[in-house]
Amino acid sequence: MTTLLETRGLKKHFGGAHVINGIDFRIDAGEIRCVIGPNGAGKSTFFKLITGEHRPSEGSVMFLGQDMSHVLPHERIRMGMSIKFQIPGVFPDLSVRQHLQLSLHRAKDDRPESLDELLQRFMLENEEHVLARNLSHGKKQWLEIAMAVSLRPKLLFLDEPVAGMSVEETHATGELIKRLSAAGLTMMVVEHDMTFVKQIASRVTVLHGGSLLADGPLDEILARDDVAEVYLGKKK
Amino acid sequence: MKQTKEPSRLSPASATTRAAHYVPWLVALTLPLVVDATTSGNLAYCLLWAFGAVGLAAMWGYGGILSFGQTAFFGLAGYSYGIFTLNYGDAWFDSWLGLGAGLVVSIVAAALIGYMIFYGRIKGVFIGIVTLSVTLVLETFMSQTAGPQWAIGEARLNGYNGMGGMPPLTVPWPGGPLTLENASFYYLVLILLIVVYAAMRKLLDGTFGLTLIAIRENPQRAEMLGVDIRRHQLLVFVLGCALGGLSGALYTIWGSYITPSTMGLTSAAMPVIWVATSGRKSIGGTILGTALLVWLSQNLAVYGSQYALILLGAILLIVVLAAPEGLLPFVARHLRRMQGRAGQDAPRGGACLKREEGKS
Repeated sequence: MTTLLETRGLKKHFGGAHVINGIDFRIDAGEIRCVIGPNGAGKSTFFKLITGEHRPSEGSVMFLGQDMSHVLPHERIRMGMSIKFQIPGVFPDLSVRQHLQLSLHRAKDDRPESLDELLQRFMLENEEHVLARNLSHGKKQWLEIAMAVSLRPKLLFLDEPVAGMSVEETHATGELIKRLSAAGLTMMVVEHDMTFVKQIASRVTVLHGGSLLADGPLDEILARDDVAEVYLGKKK
Repeated sequence: MKQTKEPSRLSPASATTRAAHYVPWLVALTLPLVVDATTSGNLAYCLLWAFGAVGLAAMWGYGGILSFGQTAFFGLAGYSYGIFTLNYGDAWFDSWLGLGAGLVVSIVAAALIGYMIFYGRIKGVFIGIVTLSVTLVLETFMSQTAGPQWAIGEARLNGYNGMGGMPPLTVPWPGGPLTLENASFYYLVLILLIVVYAAMRKLLDGTFGLTLIAIRENPQRAEMLGVDIRRHQLLVFVLGCALGGLSGALYTIWGSYITPSTMGLTSAAMPVIWVATSGRKSIGGTILGTALLVWLSQNLAVYGSQYALILLGAILLIVVLAAPEGLLPFVARHLRRMQGRAGQDAPRGGACLKREEGKS
């Protein structure tokens, strides 16, 4: 298996607060990896260290074997990372079509059929000319995932992709992610919703108190007592 | 194919609206035929300010960069034209080289200042403060250059009295060079304006414009598309400042004169007022609005320049409160609504709708 992403002894502290305490982590090509953990586990900080929004205090993030310490966020995207933030980061005054035009242009793919295909795959055909400000929350999430996917990344990061979605939208998003995975896309998903995690993940990583508590196949991890204790707040 | 949906947008009313965009240009082309030479020269004066306003509209309306520094590049280009032509003579090619020199100086200065701003991660209102400081520093510096020691070659800077005596633009002509003045200067400005308008529409209606809007609305998300936001901001800043420089050089050519007050506080506020009033997201609206506001100011200035300023301030206040997208987009939107074809998704500014129509 080709290793796409690896962190070695990753640490982050803000003043005296140690938020990430030395995480060794790896994602291989073809995986859907879910990173889970209770509130305050350090998931968001870990995500931001990987995407370049935060600089590590110690340790390193390696992508495709290259140290990312001094690689700017936009350069990471050009190298093959793609990111969907937790809060939908769309451009309110642009239409759905213009969003996809822009992201396809960044991917150097200006073919109209690519745009039509994206609209169809992400269930946005009827919103093509709608301004992003007028989209429902779920559609904004899909639009953002569509933009991230259109960049043809080697590794797609999704930070809570179903936050604020209805049950139906959550399920549809899960199916969408499975289809993307079947097409060969590697993904790292930070998520709270365990129903969704069970729907999509083959392997999970559990963070707790800024450290890696467990890492492995979904069923094995969920069967562990220590995971149940930190995640559900009780012993099994 | 989704394109099949779009021809429905090309209704007769839409074609009429599109044809209406050409009316101001046609009127502008015929004006010198119906007015005297002096009026043509005055009309050229009204139009030449539009370049800097268009530059600010691109920066502010599209890129979200509010600069008070258009006048700094206006002044730099104007003084550069004077220094070049007063030193190298008034042959036809010298005058055009002088215009080129003015543009080059404003581009280089904009690149340096822009690099410090954007690569120094200066954002938001602080860009306005830095650019305003630049123009005020230049004004203050030029104001104290009255002594004879302040000369570059043959060109005396002359402090607050201003630099004068620059040659006009000339073109080679059988029987001797032809001086561009009054109607011929008006047509030069108009042709340049048409070229700038077409080029800016092409640029801003394309992916460069989309990228600027994306940066304006959500820079972090734009960065996650692989966009180097600093580079794009620097590019639009330099482009906008170069257009400010073009206004400055043409102004100096028009009057053979430039003073430090063209870089002062009142002057620095003018482009912001013109663009905010006209509609910062509409290039055509900015040109038309700026020309009309300058014309209005000129006519009111006959009764005292303070009246023009008071009226401009009042207009700006009303526009900000009643039509924050700008007067012309506001009027255009209501006209479209009256035509019964208000889009179910009309954007606040005109730019997005125009762009979508442009693609259809």
